Amino acid sequence: MNNEALIRFCDVSYRYESDNETPLPLAIKNINIDIKKGEFVAILGHNGSGKSTFAKLSNAIILPESGNVYVEGMDTADESLEYAIRQKVGVVFQNPDNQIVATIVEEDVAFGPENLGIEPDEIRQRVDDALKAVGMYEYRLHEPHKLSGGQKQRVAIAGVMAMQTDCIVLDEPTAMLDPKGREEVMKSMLRLNKELGKTVVLITHYMDEAVKADRVIVMNSGNVVLDGTPQEVFSHEKIIEDAGLELPDSAKLALRLKKSGVNLPDGILTPEEFIEAFKLSLSGGAVH
Amino acid sequence: MSILEIKNLSYKYGVGTPFEIAALENINFSVEKGEMVAIIGHTGSGKSTLIQHFNALLKASEGQVLLDGKDINESRESAHKARFRVGLCFQYPEYQLFESTVYKDIAFGPTNMGLDKTEIDRRVRKAAEFVGLKESMFEKSPFDLSGGEKRRVAIAGVMAMEPEVLIMDEPAAGLDPRGRKVILDLIKNYREKTGSTVIIVSHSMEDVASVADRILVMNKGKIAFNDTVDEVFSHEQELREMGLNIPQITKIFSELKRYGFNLNAATYTVDDAAEEILRYLHKGGN
Repeated sequence: MNNEALIRFCDVSYRYESDNETPLPLAIKNINIDIKKGEFVAILGHNGSGKSTFAKLSNAIILPESGNVYVEGMDTADESLEYAIRQKVGVVFQNPDNQIVATIVEEDVAFGPENLGIEPDEIRQRVDDALKAVGMYEYRLHEPHKLSGGQKQRVAIAGVMAMQTDCIVLDEPTAMLDPKGREEVMKSMLRLNKELGKTVVLITHYMDEAVKADRVIVMNSGNVVLDGTPQEVFSHEKIIEDAGLELPDSAKLALRLKKSGVNLPDGILTPEEFIEAFKLSLSGGAVH
Repeated sequence: MSILEIKNLSYKYGVGTPFEIAALENINFSVEKGEMVAIIGHTGSGKSTLIQHFNALLKASEGQVLLDGKDINESRESAHKARFRVGLCFQYPEYQLFESTVYKDIAFGPTNMGLDKTEIDRRVRKAAEFVGLKESMFEKSPFDLSGGEKRRVAIAGVMAMEPEVLIMDEPAAGLDPRGRKVILDLIKNYREKTGSTVIIVSHSMEDVASVADRILVMNKGKIAFNDTVDEVFSHEQELREMGLNIPQITKIFSELKRYGFNLNAATYTVDDAAEEILRYLHKGGN
């Protein structure tokens, strides 16, 4: 098996339990995905497309109906490996208020490593490092419920960091945050990936977050419909729209103008790229 | 005449304890009949505390809330009536569904208003139509619906009270782009058809720019701006300092303007932006 893959989905299907006789349709249909070490992957899809199911399957919170999920070669269906798997892959959920357990920030971050039976000195070190990594060290003695949403989410991320997992899967971590909170969390995620080499899987509804990833996976009704760099993925406007999503505004604008004959390059995704391309396009002097 | 008027309103949490803290300080503003006003502000800026005053869920420490010119806290009765006249739809309202069928859930508000059966039925059907729920769903359990459908049931439940003022706290939060559009379109349609006053609280600058006539910006318990969309989004720097932002398209336009392109920076949507740029190019860059 390819040991480059940190998380590997092999022909995975999953179905939620129905509370009556009619079984529910498959939430995830026979999907194959490899998440490689050190990647920053964004997963996009409409509500109910199977994104959150992917998150829960990735560290044995739920198990496939058929197929296998491997974390560094360990089968998540093997109960004896559950702890080992959760020390590799940690998950952060949407609502920060549902995942904070302690009354002091640093105690909350220490909760995970304490449960792993780690030595106190080592815990101290890990908690400090994790809080510094997300820029929350100066808040270590604060009460979590008094923090803003973005700060709480960063504490939740630090909690996973302190377990020293290689991979962090975040399920819509910014859905409930204000613009500043979103920016803070995005910065922390990029930092974990670029500076600390963590593998990050970001599940999101925000296209402007996805364009910052190395790789984007689009899910539609339980299937993977696109998988590639942001430039590749967002060049498929039709598939994106059929999946209930949309292009980032900058990309939409560029495309609209190109169709009207304005000379702009392919692959514009961000405001910065649009501005650069627009200036270049007009500096030829043809119009300006 | 203003349908809703807030006069010198202040609200303190934990009065008389060492933890007393002012959540709202001397708020003054009014909303005209039929207006669509957006309230934006960072987490903890006082948005939710403020809107809970509009239907007497919270009672101001100081100041007044006037509905159609009358203080809603004048008597117990007027405060009670305000609950129906000002419909408040909370964030993630789908978590508040509890009835056994969709129909009963939508009918809950009107039933509590003491209306007769025919009137309740009329209102349920009308509200369901506004949110795009088919009659075939009426007898289903709300818990068997998808997340987006549940949210629409919850919104219909508030609309069925036919409030004079409809307040929605983050109606599109957590939805995918298509789901967001569906919710925003149905709010726009509801307002056009009924002429109701709508107040929407949102963290999405794009959504706010696309629906609102006017924006109220809250910062640290005070009103920072109370102005048109154009005016508010022309203050990028101040908004950023308050933990907010401007729409992505507006960012592009204000930046291009800085580089000397003579474009109208008060542009928020992709459609308007494309039109404005093409207009600019056809005029030869002026």
